[in-house]
Amino acid sequence: MGSDSDEEQHRVRLSQRPEWSDVTPVPQDDGPNPVVPIAYTQEFTEVMDYFRAVYLADERSPRALGLTAEAIEFNPGNYTVWHFRRMLLESLSSDLHSELGFLERISEGNSKNYQIWHHRRWVAEKLGPESANTELEFTKKILSIDAKHYHAWSHRQWVLQALGGWEYELNYCSELLEEDIFNNSAWNQRYFVITRSPVLGGLEAMRESEVHYTVEAILAHPENESSWRYLRGLYRGEATLWVNDPQVSVVCLKILRSKRNYVFALSTLLDLLCHGLQANQDFGDAVDALKTSDLDKHDTDLARTVCSILERVDPLRANYWNWRKCMLPHATNSASKK
Amino acid sequence: MGELVTEKHVRYILAAEKRKDDFESVVMEHLRMNGVYWGLTTLDLLGKLDTVDVNEFVSWVMSCQHESGGFSGNIGHDPHILYTLSAVQVLALFNKLDIIDVDKVTKYIVSLQNEDGSFSGDIWGEVDTRFSYIAISCLSILHCLDKINVEKAVKYILSCKNMDGGFGCTPGGESHAGQIFCCVGALAITGSLDLVDKDLLGWWLCERQVKSGGLNGRPEKLPDVCYSWWVLSSLIMIDRVHWINKEKLIKFILNCQVVLAELLSCDFESDTENGGISDRPDDAVDIFHTYFGVAGLSLLEYPGVKPIDPAYALPVDVVDRIFFK
Repeated sequence: MGSDSDEEQHRVRLSQRPEWSDVTPVPQDDGPNPVVPIAYTQEFTEVMDYFRAVYLADERSPRALGLTAEAIEFNPGNYTVWHFRRMLLESLSSDLHSELGFLERISEGNSKNYQIWHHRRWVAEKLGPESANTELEFTKKILSIDAKHYHAWSHRQWVLQALGGWEYELNYCSELLEEDIFNNSAWNQRYFVITRSPVLGGLEAMRESEVHYTVEAILAHPENESSWRYLRGLYRGEATLWVNDPQVSVVCLKILRSKRNYVFALSTLLDLLCHGLQANQDFGDAVDALKTSDLDKHDTDLARTVCSILERVDPLRANYWNWRKCMLPHATNSASKK
Repeated sequence: MGELVTEKHVRYILAAEKRKDDFESVVMEHLRMNGVYWGLTTLDLLGKLDTVDVNEFVSWVMSCQHESGGFSGNIGHDPHILYTLSAVQVLALFNKLDIIDVDKVTKYIVSLQNEDGSFSGDIWGEVDTRFSYIAISCLSILHCLDKINVEKAVKYILSCKNMDGGFGCTPGGESHAGQIFCCVGALAITGSLDLVDKDLLGWWLCERQVKSGGLNGRPEKLPDVCYSWWVLSSLIMIDRVHWINKEKLIKFILNCQVVLAELLSCDFESDTENGGISDRPDDAVDIFHTYFGVAGLSLLEYPGVKPIDPAYALPVDVVDRIFFK
């Protein structure tokens, strides 16, 4: 937080700088109670007092621009300073490429700050499509530190749509998923790419290869919520296709047979059954093998059995699975057990 | 471990309100309006709103209003939709909505709606579904919801719906509990909840509960007290709150607030041994987490905490006063 003590020793107070001698600083209008603050606060307070002076005077000068940089370094969350900085950048016709450099320095340790991202977007928009690469590289850097960084992903999506650069995005998603198959943001981005990229063929064209990719991911980690949701999403608006695609039911069956991490396999089977899947005896056997002696062995309905097992193995959501059971039609389209 | 340390929270909030010159307060001064809303709402939920000076707060809030009608985070700052809602909410807590120039505030918010129905945060144009919620909630409280294009606003929010049933900040943005709260809240207030796939979203939301009983905001992320609010209020709005395990969540929140209370009783300036809190300039995150923890407990009907409205994020008696007086 803030500069280290070495840096502070070299920093000259504004009141001591000759180029600021003509300015009277304006204190925060906040009421009484002036408790003596610690030194670091004094420096920051001084910067803000001088900032207020130039802001109220609407001074559009290079020194004002420099002052906003100092104020931002102390406190990048202050949106008024950013606001004034943008006005200054426009008035002074400043070089926006160097502004990107300034932003990079400020971003270190402040990447969760809305104002920085918003300012970056404003700069990039002004620079236009030529800045697409820089922006993609920048977000990549942030994501290499925090691969689920919400602002970075939001910015990246904006860059792709406003400035371009789609060519390598699917690859990038694959890279990130290879590092962490559980990265829900990367799965979301993958979906974003296959549904919106102008250089791919769209969801339908991509479906086959994506199903293959996703099934592999599921088999490797069946407890991965994101991959199962992604699989379902590949059949958006095509429930019949989803139910009838053997790849979907088969991956469920494989996981059920493994008897490990099968919660999502069970819930997916449940959804398939509710959408009309005609499950054969293999499913019945696999589900049976997951029953314990407590479970009602007379439950002949496959879907009901699945719900009962889920209530037991996913107890946090017992109420949900119980509700699913209650919602089942009485004579379901499932394989009869005995 | 098993109880709400109300007195500690109240003392903390009152002390934080008076503290204006330490580093954390100076750093957070531009968003004081948010902090005041979090702090005062928490006090009201704990039945202690009468411990503060109403007039002092009300006059400070009004001095943050600009010519444009919008409110800033503090005196000397620029208006933004974020602080405009907080300002209106604070005045609602004090039953002082009648001092607002409603037309002025309405005009400001209407000016922030874009062609596609989305809302910008301020004149710089940042778009986010958070701002859709803020605009709708604020105008609803002021009984001026019809002044914006509600149909387009709803259409934009729906364009941010993802295939998992959740909502993101912009179309295609990852589903996130915070954004979901905003979108569901906005749809609830505009009477458009039928456009939500409640079963699908309800399942996504109840999958946020992890083994410890806490809630995360997205798959495979860590649980946090603030998600107790966003996930819970969303579930309540779509009538699916019974799908999570309430007892385990209550235990989780109480655990968090005990740890928080212990940390909060330390001297911020000199105590460096507790790591996190004294190092981070983000002090407002404590008021933030205190509010969300207490609000979450309110939704869970914890004894000693007043009920809170899940859509407006204000005590139910305040909301009743606004709409049924």
